[in-house]
Amino acid sequence: MSDAITITDLKKTYDDGTEALKGIDLQVKAGDFFALLGANGAGKTTIIGILTGLVNKSGGSVQVFGKDLDKQFNEVKRMIGVVPQEMNFNQFEKVQDIIVTQAGYFGIRRPQALADSERLLKQLELYEKRNVPSRSLSGGMKRRLMIARALVTHPKLLILDEPTAGVDVELRHTMWEYLREQNQNGLTILLTTHYLEEVEQLCRNAAMIRDGKIVANDSVKNLVNILEVETYVVNVDQVKSMEALNGYNAKAVDGTTFTLDLRKDQNVSQFVAEICKLGMTIHDFRPQGNRMERLFLELLK
Amino acid sequence: MHKSNLIALYTLFRKEVVRFIRIWPQTLVPPIMTQSLYFLIFGKFIGSQINDINGVSYMAFIVPGLVMMSVISNSYVNVAGSFFSSKFQRSVEELLVSPAPNWVIIGGYVLSGALRGILCGFLVFGVSVFFTRPTISHIGLIVMFIVLTAIVFALGGLVNGILARKFDDVSIVPTFVLTPLTYLGGVFYSIALLPDVWRNLSKINPILYMVNGFRYGFYGFSDVNVYMSVGILVLFAVLLTIVNLTLLKKGKGLRS
Repeated sequence: MSDAITITDLKKTYDDGTEALKGIDLQVKAGDFFALLGANGAGKTTIIGILTGLVNKSGGSVQVFGKDLDKQFNEVKRMIGVVPQEMNFNQFEKVQDIIVTQAGYFGIRRPQALADSERLLKQLELYEKRNVPSRSLSGGMKRRLMIARALVTHPKLLILDEPTAGVDVELRHTMWEYLREQNQNGLTILLTTHYLEEVEQLCRNAAMIRDGKIVANDSVKNLVNILEVETYVVNVDQVKSMEALNGYNAKAVDGTTFTLDLRKDQNVSQFVAEICKLGMTIHDFRPQGNRMERLFLELLK
Repeated sequence: MHKSNLIALYTLFRKEVVRFIRIWPQTLVPPIMTQSLYFLIFGKFIGSQINDINGVSYMAFIVPGLVMMSVISNSYVNVAGSFFSSKFQRSVEELLVSPAPNWVIIGGYVLSGALRGILCGFLVFGVSVFFTRPTISHIGLIVMFIVLTAIVFALGGLVNGILARKFDDVSIVPTFVLTPLTYLGGVFYSIALLPDVWRNLSKINPILYMVNGFRYGFYGFSDVNVYMSVGILVLFAVLLTIVNLTLLKKGKGLRS
């Protein structure tokens, strides 16, 4: 598989002296669904800004599908669709006009742009709103509008900068499904998000960035395996003696709930057998919180 | 020239024209109102007390200047305001992430701004017909001066829009530079009537050349050399295009 993105020794120092990127190396394969993770200010949006031409880099090189950002700037931009973190469309323009205009900037003829925009508006359930000013849309609708605007230019690489921020759970799942479908159709997707559950649901590979440097870069599966301990929440009919659970780190939360830290070398079935021996009936057994989030905190220690 | 760039140029031009036409009460009506008052007060009430200038009534004399005043302010304000507004709302990023080259951005904004300026000029000229009957000596020169002037000031407005950091920055130049220069640029008088000092000072005002060149197209007389007027307009157009291209290439005020 060829590289969709090849970033070598990418550096960025802002005018105020802030060193946002300190020599990033990153490859994203064509067709991948890749996550870029990091805390606020880690440098994720700076990388996206450089890729899309909104931020001037201070050093290093960037290639998108083999085209050099410095030498073939406009060709690179032609291949990228971007959904930014913050709303960046004219609030007074009509929904469909925003999409059609973006297509026009990419050299797509108006009749084609109108047809494509109608298809996207229907897919993203915005068709009924096509003639209203964009300011009247809800937050979730505005996010979907930006996705439609990015896709109308037929990009080979879609960049999503925290696309589901402020979006309700149901809509988030609908958006995931849509993005998954786009990726299955061959679109390379680079995603940054604070919803780490999103990464586990959608992405095959991920890189973690901290203070302008990549601290981990692997498949999501391998990254999750780095976790030494998994914490579970266990609901039982009645919590009995915890001391009897030798070798297990279990802590009672209340009369019917306890938490359990399970190491990679410990077996879940054995633990369940121990619980049954103690005369407790398990009602629920689930991981506590998000594994990626814990991994993220682990790596950033 | 790449076909996709022409489509991008047309898209931006169309978007901008639709914008200023959609808000016509704010963009097209005010110049008609303002210039009608000038015709009424300066032309009718005061002008009736003033002698003809080079055989032309005072009312007819001020027509080219008032048309030009409208062209200048509207082409400038249209581009400066619209570009800054797109920066403020961050919708300019739609253009910056696109493969449209910088000349397309300049072309789209400048042509649409110039069109608004010319349209306002045409409307003001239409109003003038209710007060006087201006004669036309050189229609080609009239068209050339109005188009070049509109382009020059639209280019100036784009420089302002790119460099502006707040809304106040967009109104400073029209208020403190363009308005005084226009009023002192021979709109209401011939500089031949001024004392030597003021006459010579007036000659460093570029708007004087635009107003007089335009007036020459109507009545065949001018306070300055018409060819020099054309030269000054072309020079400003070239210089401002270079400034805009440089600012966009560096991403001044647009890219961090």
